[in-house]
Amino acid sequence: MKDFVWLIPTLPLAGFLILSLFKSFIPKGLSGYLATLAVVSSFIVVLNWFIPALRGELTPFTWVAWDWINLGKYHLNFAFQIDVLSIWFMAIITGIGSLIHLYSIAYMHDDDGITRYFSYLNLFIFSMLILVMGSNFVVLFAGWEGVGLCSYLLIGFWFKNNAYNDAAKKAFIMNRIGDLGFLLGMLLLFMHVGSLDYTTVLEQAPQVFHKNAGLITVITLLLFVGATGKSAQVPLYTWLPDAMAGPTPVSALIHAATMVTAGIYMITRTNILFDLAPITLDIVYYIGTATAILAALIGLTQNDIKKVLAYSTVSQLGFMFMALGMGAYSIAVFHVTTHAFFKALLFLGSGSVIHAMGGEQDIRYMGGLRHKLPITFITFLIGTLAIAGIPPLAGFFSKDAILAVAFEHSPIYWGIGVFAALLTTFYMFRMFFLTFFGSFRGSDKQKEHLHESPLLMTLPLAVLALLSFGGGFINIPHVFGGHQWFSHYLNQKSLVPLLGESSISVTTEYILMAIALILVMATILFTYISYVKKHNIPSADNSESTTLGYKLSYNKFYIDEIYHSIIVKPLHIASDTVFSFIEKYILDGIVKSIGLGVQKAGSGIRHIQSGSTNTYALFMILGVALVILIQIVL
Amino acid sequence: MESFGLTILLWLPLLSLLVLLVGKYHQPGTLRTITIVTTAIQLIIAVLLFIQMVPEYFPLHTSDSFVYKDFHPWFTLPLGQLGYLSVNYFVAVDGLTISLLLLSSIVLFVGALVSHTIQFQEKGYYALYLLLCISIPGCFVAQDLFLFFLFFEFMLLPMYFLIGIWGGVNKEYAAIKFFIYTLVGSLLILVSFIILYASTYSPTEMVRLSGHSDITVQSIQQAVMDKTITTSDMVRSLSIQDVTKPTNIVPGSWLDPASTTQWLGISARMWVFIALLIGFIIKLPAIPFHTWLPDAHVEAPTAVSVVLAGILLKIGGYGLIRIVWPIFPVEAMQASTVIAIIGVVSIVYAAYVALAQDDLKKMIAYSSVSHMGFVLLGIASGTVEGISGAVYQLFSHGLISALLFILVGILYERTHDRSIAHYKGLLNKMPAFTVVVTIAFFASLGLPGMSGFIAEILVLIGAFQASQVYSTIPIGVTIVATIGLVVTAGYYLWTLQRMFFGKFSVHTSVDAHTLQDLTLMEKVVTYLLCGLVILFGVLPSVLLDTIGPWMQTWVQFLQQSIQ
Repeated sequence: MKDFVWLIPTLPLAGFLILSLFKSFIPKGLSGYLATLAVVSSFIVVLNWFIPALRGELTPFTWVAWDWINLGKYHLNFAFQIDVLSIWFMAIITGIGSLIHLYSIAYMHDDDGITRYFSYLNLFIFSMLILVMGSNFVVLFAGWEGVGLCSYLLIGFWFKNNAYNDAAKKAFIMNRIGDLGFLLGMLLLFMHVGSLDYTTVLEQAPQVFHKNAGLITVITLLLFVGATGKSAQVPLYTWLPDAMAGPTPVSALIHAATMVTAGIYMITRTNILFDLAPITLDIVYYIGTATAILAALIGLTQNDIKKVLAYSTVSQLGFMFMALGMGAYSIAVFHVTTHAFFKALLFLGSGSVIHAMGGEQDIRYMGGLRHKLPITFITFLIGTLAIAGIPPLAGFFSKDAILAVAFEHSPIYWGIGVFAALLTTFYMFRMFFLTFFGSFRGSDKQKEHLHESPLLMTLPLAVLALLSFGGGFINIPHVFGGHQWFSHYLNQKSLVPLLGESSISVTTEYILMAIALILVMATILFTYISYVKKHNIPSADNSESTTLGYKLSYNKFYIDEIYHSIIVKPLHIASDTVFSFIEKYILDGIVKSIGLGVQKAGSGIRHIQSGSTNTYALFMILGVALVILIQIVL
Repeated sequence: MESFGLTILLWLPLLSLLVLLVGKYHQPGTLRTITIVTTAIQLIIAVLLFIQMVPEYFPLHTSDSFVYKDFHPWFTLPLGQLGYLSVNYFVAVDGLTISLLLLSSIVLFVGALVSHTIQFQEKGYYALYLLLCISIPGCFVAQDLFLFFLFFEFMLLPMYFLIGIWGGVNKEYAAIKFFIYTLVGSLLILVSFIILYASTYSPTEMVRLSGHSDITVQSIQQAVMDKTITTSDMVRSLSIQDVTKPTNIVPGSWLDPASTTQWLGISARMWVFIALLIGFIIKLPAIPFHTWLPDAHVEAPTAVSVVLAGILLKIGGYGLIRIVWPIFPVEAMQASTVIAIIGVVSIVYAAYVALAQDDLKKMIAYSSVSHMGFVLLGIASGTVEGISGAVYQLFSHGLISALLFILVGILYERTHDRSIAHYKGLLNKMPAFTVVVTIAFFASLGLPGMSGFIAEILVLIGAFQASQVYSTIPIGVTIVATIGLVVTAGYYLWTLQRMFFGKFSVHTSVDAHTLQDLTLMEKVVTYLLCGLVILFGVLPSVLLDTIGPWMQTWVQFLQQSIQ
């Protein structure tokens, strides 16, 4: 049985290879089905281990594909590690990935590059599977860079638009900066542990590093730098909102099933290292908090439906890093899971809206869509309620678990978390009401065109809506009589540590929950009043953007502009200076002047060789005089 | 008998050269066909030699460490006070040679395939090209430095003419710059070899030439120690086996480690080490001896650029690994921090300069300098990982740079314009071309799954190890090297965006009708190279298993020498 594990990544890889090599032979209508088939088959193979894992019967194993880099004393295998953590991610990747593929068949049906699109999509699933399946850091890194490449290809999919290419380039380079951090962390680990296999590294780390807290702090910080790139945390988050340049299902894939979850996976996988470095964990928490708040503040004023969702992802990822920073790894993965459900749902839902609107993404020109797009409306509502944390939807349980852990650390942490959650609720419902309520504000042509999406698109929406509704039940906390099934699931073989018994009483927990819930409900009511009752539609020319706060939020705190002027521009100036000054003027200048010098010397000395006997005689006398002089002096 | 293949590989082009020079060929393409067939046979033999090679652990540069040996006494030259110079025709293969022999066969074959752009004086061109097909593999298999130097010079001369005659607008300037630079390098190498000759003797050669059964290596060594043999009676050889053996140094000579001779406070050994180092670094090239490369590349015709970047630069790295480090292990270790810094500066500096280029070919030329910096860093580390990475980088960069220069050539041939700013949205017109360019760019920026990644990660691991094992390379230096990786991603992606993506448009000076997608022939060549780049990225063991043992013996040799 174990030997079939190679099929899981190979099926999407085969899909990619077939679609890209035989692009011209495959009918356009067929490519989507082929790609979907590849991912669905992969999902079925995953189930083979996922179902036993759910029952707690999975025996973890490593499957060596081949000896990758062999250097005498050290072998680096291209090997896969199947355990409860990797199989969980594999199920999300292939499961949600399948739904996104299915949806894409309808969404992309009239695009000329559909075959190219699906080949990239398959490659994306492949890379992400390699990332989570690898049994050592280098295989993870291969997948890590692979998803970077795929996001580059897909964000810039509509290559004729230069702004999209900018976004693609930005995504890759920001990720690469993070990757370097990861690479350095990995090299330092190898230098001190002498291996990069998870098993060896995690086993030996406590011994190797227990006397060297500084070193492990540096290593984990470097690994975390990698995570900030992939998982869009401050300061490397600005690529993710721009990444919506790609087709909408790609955003769903990047934001929900793949890519951004990589950082959380990596930290959870290496939680033993992070537990050895409490300073790093604190920094992870602070960065997570900063990201959650900053992104949410920006989300408040955005008018592009996908941009709002993108900032909400950044903010939700911040929540996950808050959990990681507090050592609540299983809670972070729990939130990854519920977030995967509702964010895939919301992005695909927004795709359905954009599809109906004929490509329009600005919520100022939408409104009242609930009548024309009933399925999209209902499913989008479920997604919005889930992300806002309304019980008993999925987001409630995962967000509440994070808030509970936060309160244990400090009520201030809890307060910050609730504040971020309220911001989320506000911008999500603002977008929701502006899109689906009120009257239609688009053109007449758009109004005629409005239609519910086909079954291929609504079916994935329905499935994801179900998951967003019930996905939280996998980790019902003790206060509701649950047993935190999911945290125990991940704790098999002590893979991911279980949190200690909660120190806060059940009553306190109820009160906290109630406060959070009341505040969330009040926020929803507030948005309802301002956007539905009072028709506070943001104007097309942003005339309300007069207050400083609004301006800052609407312009994303000018972070992009700041990066451009402190990083991009100086880089180009530096490279131009190095080229035109050091390279051309100094280095090549020296070479040229040596050449010219030899030439000049040659033409100078040439005059001595004049052929005139008188001159020669003169030089002879001078020479003799010189020799005599030297002899006298010495 | 097993050396038969090697002999054919090496001298077959000479036969082709005769055929080419004697006959009269009016049919267009005949000369190219002869060259392609010749290089194809060379490639097949090289692959067979590679497959048959059994990796074994023998001490570095001992007679067991070589396979496919072909040894013939050549001549012995009496040199008065300096004794006798014994020169042998000694060609053989070992773990280091085989990788570069395979690479040179691939690159020369590919170079012959893309030589169709040569439109005039074809006979001269192919004659010189066939000469390269002898001298380049010759450099790698020659195990006698006299022979090595002959091949080395016979490689530079054809190169000078190939650039100077078939080059672009500024060909004379580029060719003369290339020539003078390499001449300076050759001169430094030659002088070092002469000093080496004067400072070593060869007991094995003396035994062989004496013919007496009672004269043994031990007795000769004893006699030299006792000074009963004078320097004018010594037989000296420049065989690599002989000159890398520390016991073969004549006591009291310049290169005697015990010698206290110093100039400007630097020992004679260190001076010779520096001279050899610069000689080979010019070829590599590394900062600040690299300024010949961009000019030479820009003016050279495509096939010559391919050979230049694909193999010629590798001889610099090869010389450092084969000759400089084994002869001067102590000096090399002493200087390794400085050498690593030169490597890192090359990586970062050349990447920055590449970012500022508007000429596509120049950008790729600078990227070559940047990538060769990794070779220097790997060698300087003196670790198994580092040296394996350096050799892997030589191999991998040979393939990737060949691919990149072919791609530039494909575009230039169509439009005679290499300015990045003159193109936009080429993907619309040339989709297959764009796909291959994208693959080549990502390979060059070190994406996992392609050969460059394996090389670079090995070098970085090695450099990190060096800080621990020898405390030679400070970690900070290696960390700076990784900045180069980001800048590299920057210039490649920026180029992709500017030239290939967006809406199609070209500068008025470019004729848009000439922009046809890849021809079948171009597809074959570029897909082949892409395939190899991916093969050696996914299955590096294909190469590493064969060359790995040699790398370990190299490090062992180094470590024993510095103890």
